[in-house]
Amino acid sequence: MSTKNTVIICIVLAALIAAVPLLFIQDSEFGGADGAAEEVIGMLDPAYEAWASPVLEPPGGETESLLFCLQAALGSGIFCFGMGYFVARKKYSGTNPQQETGA
Amino acid sequence: MKTKQVRAKQVTTKQMRTKWERSCLIAGVALALAFGIAEPASAMHIMEGYLPPVHAVVWGALCLPFLAAGFFSIKKTVVEHRKTMLILVMMGAYAFVLSALKLPSVTGSSSHPTGTGLGAVLLGPSAMSILGLIVLLFQAILLAHGGLTTLGANTFSMAIAGPFLSWGIYRLCGKLNVSKTVSVFLATCLGDLFTYCVTAVQLALAHPAQVGGFAASLAEFLAIFAVTQIPLAIIEGLVAVVVIKGLESFAQPELTELGYIAQ
Repeated sequence: MSTKNTVIICIVLAALIAAVPLLFIQDSEFGGADGAAEEVIGMLDPAYEAWASPVLEPPGGETESLLFCLQAALGSGIFCFGMGYFVARKKYSGTNPQQETGA
Repeated sequence: MKTKQVRAKQVTTKQMRTKWERSCLIAGVALALAFGIAEPASAMHIMEGYLPPVHAVVWGALCLPFLAAGFFSIKKTVVEHRKTMLILVMMGAYAFVLSALKLPSVTGSSSHPTGTGLGAVLLGPSAMSILGLIVLLFQAILLAHGGLTTLGANTFSMAIAGPFLSWGIYRLCGKLNVSKTVSVFLATCLGDLFTYCVTAVQLALAHPAQVGGFAASLAEFLAIFAVTQIPLAIIEGLVAVVVIKGLESFAQPELTELGYIAQ
């Protein structure tokens, strides 16, 4: 299988796997698994009380999504900078990328 | 607990080179054993305050030798393999992105991939302990996701147990002559899943059920974390294959230096 085909198949499959639960499970809000675990702890160990609370808690869903967005944006920015560097190096360094490794 | 520490010591000792590094490592192990100034490290998925203080400290202490090994591994990359630094940074960024993506799963809950397996395959598992810790700190401090008191436990699952399993599977696949693409898929996918199994064990140890004890709790937590994670682990494996294909096409010199591509 060529590299191109492998990549395309992987991306399509990943998107499908992510989408299927959304299509077939209608009555769920897809809350976090950590929230579900809190409930189970409440059930298993009713006397337990969390003894610490988060230092900074985002005031609401919007701010939280902003911060998560920022995390993803920073990460993908840096990652794609690296990828761009590699792609351009190969493109402009002629036939043998091995010689252009000192940069 | 004790056998785990001993094993941790063995694994990390092998990777140490110089005298200075070894003495730092031993100091880390000693601290870990003494639970002395073990900072309540915390991490990803166990919620703030949901591990009793003793558990928080013990998991934090267990991380110390790995973090020491990771520190020297990264230092070595910076000094001796400067060329591969960009890959190191990219692997950190990759973990950053993936752990921000909360994906829906078949259980009706959401969870996120870890992104630490691919870095473990390329850079070795100990480097990922530091990179994973950075991601977990960010989420614990700014996002109220995970927590500082649970940082140790979360670091252990996401930045140590997962990457070490990924690396082990990748090595095993290499020995069995499995193709690189399949090896990377299996390593990252199972490393991701293993992280959440460890999380379930950590929670079950902290919260044994009144009826059935540890085993009953473990079943409950595995049902939440591990089952939710199965499709996400497959997604992580597929994404890792896409990334490695990209790097194979454009970054052969770096991958050769890292030993991923044979010289």
